[in-house]
Amino acid sequence: MAMLSFERKYRVRGGTLVGGDLFDFWVGPFYVGFFGVTTAIFTALGVALIVYGAAIGPTWNIWQINIAPPDIKYGLGFAPLKEGGLWQVITICAVGAFVSWALREVEICRKLGIGYHVPVAFSMAIFAYVTLVVFRPILMGAWGHGFPYGILSHLDWVSNTGYQYLHFHYNPAHMLAISFFFTTTFALALHGALVLSATNPGKGKEVKTPEHEDTFFRDAIGYSIGTLGIHRLGLFLALSAVFWSAVCIIISGPFWTRGWPEWWNWWLNLPVWR
Amino acid sequence: MKPDLTLPKYLSLGYIAAVTGILVTVAVFIKLGWVVERAHITQNGYRGTAMDQIKRPEVERMLKLANALPDPIDKASPDGDKATAVYSNVQVLKDLSADQFNRVMLSITEWVAPEQGCAYCHNVENLADDSLYTKKVARKMLEMTRHINTDWKPHVAATGVTCYTCHRGNPVPANIWYTNPGPTRAAGFAATNDGLGHPNAINGSTSLQGDPLTPLLDSKAPIRVAATQALPGAYGAPIQTTEQTYSLMIHMSDSLGVNCTFCHNSRSFSNWSESTPQRVTAWHGIQMARELNMTYLDPLKGVFPANRLGVTGDAPKLDCATCHQGVNKPLLGVSMAKDYPELGGVPAP
Repeated sequence: MAMLSFERKYRVRGGTLVGGDLFDFWVGPFYVGFFGVTTAIFTALGVALIVYGAAIGPTWNIWQINIAPPDIKYGLGFAPLKEGGLWQVITICAVGAFVSWALREVEICRKLGIGYHVPVAFSMAIFAYVTLVVFRPILMGAWGHGFPYGILSHLDWVSNTGYQYLHFHYNPAHMLAISFFFTTTFALALHGALVLSATNPGKGKEVKTPEHEDTFFRDAIGYSIGTLGIHRLGLFLALSAVFWSAVCIIISGPFWTRGWPEWWNWWLNLPVWR
Repeated sequence: MKPDLTLPKYLSLGYIAAVTGILVTVAVFIKLGWVVERAHITQNGYRGTAMDQIKRPEVERMLKLANALPDPIDKASPDGDKATAVYSNVQVLKDLSADQFNRVMLSITEWVAPEQGCAYCHNVENLADDSLYTKKVARKMLEMTRHINTDWKPHVAATGVTCYTCHRGNPVPANIWYTNPGPTRAAGFAATNDGLGHPNAINGSTSLQGDPLTPLLDSKAPIRVAATQALPGAYGAPIQTTEQTYSLMIHMSDSLGVNCTFCHNSRSFSNWSESTPQRVTAWHGIQMARELNMTYLDPLKGVFPANRLGVTGDAPKLDCATCHQGVNKPLLGVSMAKDYPELGGVPAP
């Protein structure tokens, strides 16, 4: 793949966490590194096992392929390969691939001498996944509480898991997570629109500056968070959404087993109006 | 000199965000009722479908105590003089021997009015006298119990019911309900909130309808609300009807101590082939509760004194909690009725 003339100067040696110079090279546009290799191995093995799981399953319909976790009776032990063992190995591969990818991002950050914001942000997504398929199953005592790998089957799992607590919208952490998800898309839309509005003033007119952007929001709502601030806010909103998603599921089962509406009885029983 | 407008560090966005995050997390966790002991979980569907029942061990222990059985009462022979020959004004238990009849009276006293004794229903000067309303209600309830045990096998199976299933030593069962018109409010347009937004014990502290039982457990109105086609074409059930059904379902879940996936695979609530066998039993239970309310309890409106009626003047009625009391099989599935053929129970083999 072609490389722009100035790109080469950013391709510096060093900054690796593991492996020294051994994997410190690029393949086309992609940096490899030790963690690039482990990502590739975990991904190849995981995907191959998913294809194997589909092959021994009842369907090749992409929507219906389902790699289910073991029965709850297997607890935290290993299950036979065709009865959930496959799910267990695929989970190990997935965690391995995701963590490898994050560490590869760390190595790239080190090469460039920039902050670790991207791998930290990505780690939040990994944290949410690991919460679902590792932390919560461990707390509840069986791998069978992980979600199945399948496009529709994992949605069915989400639905039933929600209805195990009668009405999941009453889960306080779920409320926070949803609010953050909506807010993050709202903020992104405002930010995108604002930048585009300043850079697209109309044919023949001069492109406007961040001062115009700031002034728009000062005029509209009396405050502009600023060009750097909007990205801090964006990162905070997005990470909060994922963080509270992880919280809302880890508390369902290990720490709360009844209907979520009932949790709010403390509110209904406040002495002010009870 | 220009004034220093930089904010102190503790007012920066990052600090505020971090402190708020920590405070909220702590607030969520420091709350009574969080589980410390690992829950008992039973798998109710194919692996990975999340059709599981989650029980807290301390709740299970509590239910075991609450569902302890009363002392058994010596069996009576069906032979010998009929009750009708010995007593006058016997209207329901006409097929019983006098011994069996006495056994029923003894049991009723122990199960329903252990402290009040015979005088709760009877004029002790003249046992045949019908002057007390409690006696008339008891007669209707005996009829109802026999009707359940003989005609509602699809729901109660061979386990059956006795007076104790509901009463548990209380003259008035702990779990009964009346029509709940909700708080008084203005008329006109202001009156159209459809009973929403008043959390109570029946709707499981939700903002769903506060009284799903009057429209759905004391009538023949349809409960089904699920759409029958994937894409909109014709109008289906309105959202108010859907929330009414949801409210009833939450009442059922709470009454039985189970969650929605005990009967339903939530990917399609209405689909029978994806539901568990328990849903069939529950369906018959709904039909049973409706029939009993309409045929046995509503007509008692004229018999009860005013202090036993609801705010709208309706008779006390039964729902799922009346018998179930927090367990999916009343009295944890132990059959008392098999020892009481007098009540229409299936005799023990």
